[in-house]
Amino acid sequence: MSERTDNGNTPLLEVRDLTVHHGQLRALDHISLRVFPGEVYAIIGANGAGKSTLLRTIAGLHHPTDGAILYDGKNMTRVRPERRATAGIVMVPEGRRLFGSLSVEENLKVGASYARQGSWTIERVYELFAWMKERRTQRTAQLSGGEQQAVAIGRALVANPRVLLLDELSLGLAPVVVQRIYAMLPQILATGLTVLLVEQDVSQALRVASHIQCLLEGHTTLEGRPSDVTAAQVEAAYFGLAGAAAGNPDSPGEGSEALWPGSTPSSRAS
Amino acid sequence: MAWVNAIIQGILTGGLYALFACGLSLMFGVMKVVNLAHGDLAVIGAYVALGVITVTHIPTLWSFVIVVPVMALLGYGLQRTLIQASLDRGVLTTLLVTFGLSVVIESGLLQFINADSHSLGVGEAIVTGSFSIGSQIQLSYLLLLIFAVAVVVLLGLQYFLSVSRYGRMIRAVADDQEAAQLSGIDYRHVFGIAAAIAFGTVALAGIAYGMYSQFSPTTGTDTILLFAFAAVVIGGLGSLWGTLLGGIVLGVAQQIGAQINQSNQFLAGYLVFLVVLALRPQGLTARRAQS
Amino acid sequence: MSLVTDTSVRSEENFRVTRSRRNVAWTGAGALIVVVVLALFPYIVYSGTTSLMVQGFIIVILASMWNLLAGYAGLVSVGQQAFIGLGAYFVLILAQHGTSPFGGLPIAAIGCGVAAVPLWWLVSRLRSGYFAIATWVMATAIMLFIEKFPSIGGGTGMSLPGLGGFDPTLLIAYTYWIGLAVTVLALVTVYVMLRSRTGLVLTAVRDDEVAARSSGARVGLARMLVFVVAAVGCGAAGALLAISQLIVQPGAVFTVQWTAKMAFAVIIGGLGTIEGPIIGAIVYMILQQTLQSYNAWYLIVLGLLAIFVALFARRGLWGLIDDRLNIRLFPVGYWLWTPESGGRRGPGKRAIRPRRGGHHS
Repeated sequence: MSERTDNGNTPLLEVRDLTVHHGQLRALDHISLRVFPGEVYAIIGANGAGKSTLLRTIAGLHHPTDGAILYDGKNMTRVRPERRATAGIVMVPEGRRLFGSLSVEENLKVGASYARQGSWTIERVYELFAWMKERRTQRTAQLSGGEQQAVAIGRALVANPRVLLLDELSLGLAPVVVQRIYAMLPQILATGLTVLLVEQDVSQALRVASHIQCLLEGHTTLEGRPSDVTAAQVEAAYFGLAGAAAGNPDSPGEGSEALWPGSTPSSRAS
Repeated sequence: MAWVNAIIQGILTGGLYALFACGLSLMFGVMKVVNLAHGDLAVIGAYVALGVITVTHIPTLWSFVIVVPVMALLGYGLQRTLIQASLDRGVLTTLLVTFGLSVVIESGLLQFINADSHSLGVGEAIVTGSFSIGSQIQLSYLLLLIFAVAVVVLLGLQYFLSVSRYGRMIRAVADDQEAAQLSGIDYRHVFGIAAAIAFGTVALAGIAYGMYSQFSPTTGTDTILLFAFAAVVIGGLGSLWGTLLGGIVLGVAQQIGAQINQSNQFLAGYLVFLVVLALRPQGLTARRAQS
Repeated sequence: MSLVTDTSVRSEENFRVTRSRRNVAWTGAGALIVVVVLALFPYIVYSGTTSLMVQGFIIVILASMWNLLAGYAGLVSVGQQAFIGLGAYFVLILAQHGTSPFGGLPIAAIGCGVAAVPLWWLVSRLRSGYFAIATWVMATAIMLFIEKFPSIGGGTGMSLPGLGGFDPTLLIAYTYWIGLAVTVLALVTVYVMLRSRTGLVLTAVRDDEVAARSSGARVGLARMLVFVVAAVGCGAAGALLAISQLIVQPGAVFTVQWTAKMAFAVIIGGLGTIEGPIIGAIVYMILQQTLQSYNAWYLIVLGLLAIFVALFARRGLWGLIDDRLNIRLFPVGYWLWTPESGGRRGPGKRAIRPRRGGHHS
């Protein structure tokens, strides 16, 4: 696995050799990554690649079988999910997971229950999503998918996280809605947040990310900056075809062989 | 006119049943726990009140000042230890453990106190006696007070849940435990708070029952648990005010049954419960059928 | 590298699936010997002990039924005493009309099974915890209903007619043999049920209900069948109770304490195994005899023990034994032998063991 350094800075969030099982199935196999402050780090990959599992494990909802999660240099692997949230790692879960019997504003208030000090308040979230204030007493079940996603993001923001985990924002939403949501990202980043996101929509991910990592069946098949990888390499890494090795600066650069899906040179290297 | 009296009595006892039921409903709504020891906890509340009154000689009506906080604390402790441990192991374990708890409590009370019935009595002149409307309607002050207390408790609960910070957290955890964790909420602590509230109401219910009637170690399961449960189901799972409605329906059914034949009192209540179960299992207040 | 080997296909001869680890003919022969020995008891021991054994039989039958409900079908019923009472009262009514109680027992049991169908329809509309209390209400309602009839004793009960002509010792012996027969029948029924298709459905539901339903398993039907069988078993136990006590009292036959006894026996012995209820019943009888002079103590101890076992030793006593010795007296699962285990009689530890009982929820 490549050793990412950023002018000697320490990563804000680091995952080392993480192995996670779902029962007997190995969902993640020795995954490592480093996220530096201010980055937008995108994890891409097909269904079942392990992306959401990775995020959920970082958030604390899943226990790894092996490996470590470090936040600001501190080992968080054993810390309960609610403590991670109050420490600054807040996730917007897959499928929104809003509190159905609570109104929009109550959802935000709950998100702010144990908020850290910071610039994000409920009012600020209303500024970010202009439509929200008017509808704040409505039950969330009455909102559209995109609006629910906005509330979910707002709920995470009011906790004033340092690392925002976004799990499959585009799920079940129309492309134009997805774009509008991702268009908010710069405003969010401007307040000093770091973003680690999981996305099935590869082109969307490539557009917003400062760094991407591709997973396939629990292995890393590609990692690097969007500007450094070609579309062909991404495609190969996504589907597990030969030729993915060239995208990884540290790979031994073996010749292309048609291998069993997933068993690419770069996955072996990680 | 005797029938009108029966109906009024039934409505008023509905308040008592609602007090029994709201704790059960709360624990199920928040943590999906059906506490089979619920009735026995009410009886413990009554015995503790008896002990407190005997030792400190405070007026019966004021015993709740000591008993309710004590029971609430007990609820928090029991939830964080025994019940949480059972929840972690699944629904089946929780049922088995609360059932075991119920048997242990009853056997313990039988063993260490005795099988006799006790009553807290009423003591104070304010609520002894009753007044009459016409010749056939007798309204007992005690029962009116209990009904009023039930309404106040339900109002208080509703207010707490909808307006306060902890109430919001309780509702959030009930909706989606994991998402609540992601917002920094320790759901075990929230469960504890909900249990504390439930135990507090059950203590009130126990004191009320002790003043209204007699209690013994087996009253918890003979009477209280089944009535509480019937009230919850008739009224509709998941609805606080539904427990009042359910309690009233149950009380009225019982009184009408008693009018026909004194021995039919409890049976009539259970029959109504079974009818509701057969025709409308989601209860009277629910808007959609439960899955 | 590891990924490639994990997904390669192995030749089929290297895998074997068997029903049991050891030759079940041995345990079958052993069971037969035990039954024969038990059948000789009335000749060997005092009638006081024989009476005690009858009580034990009742607990074994009840515990097996409760285990079937809770351990395999996931139905926690706190109202099985309804069928115990119904079984007792059916025998009473039949005896009043001239049928010998011994002959009335099977009829009473079947009657309970029939009664179970409409009752299932009522209580199955609720889930888990509320289902449990609903069964309790059902039992209480039935009791209150029966108490209204003075012809069968009303609220105070009535003695059982039809057995007065027997010599007391002979009566106890006959009761014992009937009890033994019913117990064996109950255990065999449970065993056969679990090995059958129904048993497979139940195990599938226990493991993953959604998957089971979507693969076509008739879940509701399987559960109802279990409920009916349990009713028949509990009814038979109730009839046996009536015969052994010679009196039927509503408060005694309909008390929820019966549920406490069977539930605790099963939990301590091992939920979800067939052997567990037997062990649990033995533990129960020992506790009851030793603590008998201390009134309610044995229930306190039993209850605390059950709570402890439910939390910390989920598979009960039998689970602990089974872990050490890898015995399965009543094989209902499957053993998978992989090539590493070395073939037919390889070390059992390498075999992939069948999933054990208890609900994984």
